[in-house]
Amino acid sequence: MPTRGTPTPNISTATATATAEAASTLLRELVAHLRQNRTQLREEWARRITEAELLTAMTKEEIFAEATSVYDNYVEALETGTFEALQAYARNLSERIIPRGVETHEVVGIVLLLRDVLARSLFAKYQTDFTKLNRILDAYEPAANRIANTVAVGFVQERERIIREQQEAIRELSTPVLQVRERLLILPIIGVIDPQRARQLTEQLLRGIRTNRAKVVVIDITGVAAMDATVANHLVQTVEASRLLGATVIVTGLSPEIAQTLVTIGVDLGKMTTVGDLQGGIEEAERLLGYKVVPFVEGAVEA
Amino acid sequence: MDVPVLKQGHFLIATVQSALTDADLAQLRRSLVEQVGKFRSRGVIVDVTAVDVLDSFACRTLRDIAHMAGFRGAETVIVGIHPELAFTMVQLGLSLEGVATALDLEEGLAYLQERTTPAARKSSPLATRGAGRGPVSRGQR
Repeated sequence: MPTRGTPTPNISTATATATAEAASTLLRELVAHLRQNRTQLREEWARRITEAELLTAMTKEEIFAEATSVYDNYVEALETGTFEALQAYARNLSERIIPRGVETHEVVGIVLLLRDVLARSLFAKYQTDFTKLNRILDAYEPAANRIANTVAVGFVQERERIIREQQEAIRELSTPVLQVRERLLILPIIGVIDPQRARQLTEQLLRGIRTNRAKVVVIDITGVAAMDATVANHLVQTVEASRLLGATVIVTGLSPEIAQTLVTIGVDLGKMTTVGDLQGGIEEAERLLGYKVVPFVEGAVEA
Repeated sequence: MDVPVLKQGHFLIATVQSALTDADLAQLRRSLVEQVGKFRSRGVIVDVTAVDVLDSFACRTLRDIAHMAGFRGAETVIVGIHPELAFTMVQLGLSLEGVATALDLEEGLAYLQERTTPAARKSSPLATRGAGRGPVSRGQR
């Protein structure tokens, strides 16, 4: 029944438009109220932050300055309904305060406090007109929730990003590929090698061989107490893969336990050059590369 | 797809430019081993820089080329294996045992240069790398 069906959506659309219009009128009124009482509400908020002992890493002045910025951004987000500016600000703020040790609960706490402060001022203003108060809160709540959400999520995301970066940095640091001489790389490994680290180590080594055009690589595992059969196998595979790139690998500093593991899994000694300690390994590498180290004698005439 | 084989002095250079079928590989092996005799080459370089995947047949063919060329008096170097490819090959047990490898064409040429110059053979220790792995005929020279 198309003839009867048509008017119904029209009415509901009209109602929706009317509701949206009413809501936006209310929001405008709300924003005007927040603008008018900016100074007082900001002060109230900053006071409550200090009272609740949030943001203890910051001074009173700093808290007030940040509170002002957050407040203005907050009101703007309420007015425009767009959260990009607030999101960007939240991220920027997080970047500044995370290194100072501000915790997640503090950030969530201050946003919730602001929400509370503003809601109270609305109660105070409209306490005589209950219907209006209800409608104002209907308009305010969803927006305020979304703002709180945006700020908290922005903070957590920023924190996660920093953690990821630090993890990356630690990972890079833990397996340095060092060039000691032209075409000679050293890869000191310290700590426990798990399969994941072993894989990453291999990748870095093979890439290092390519970029430094290395001919000989010394892998020193003095700092590794023991490794399981999987990792030992991986080490052997790394040695072979390096050979495919044209580099010779010398493994030094094998502990008795690791030697035991290698014997147990039956590693062919012909496939792997091993030298007792790092010094011996470097000497062997230099010999392979055709270097000769001679003691410098004071006063001796060079030939 | 045919693999172009270039003659550079005493050496032959075969540059693999795309994935090869088994027939292509057999063709490459045949033509390289033939040309080693024809040009009296002392060394062969197979450049696989452009190759992303080497299967077991390809690895075996490369090894065969090295050994066959060795019997006919030429040293073979496989150059340009990518780091990722190298590790995959090793994991699959295709480690090209007994075949010399080098980082790239330049390294491969330098290696052959060292191996085939009698004077350099004694003085540079790295030139003996791969001894014992290589074909017997070469080692007994």
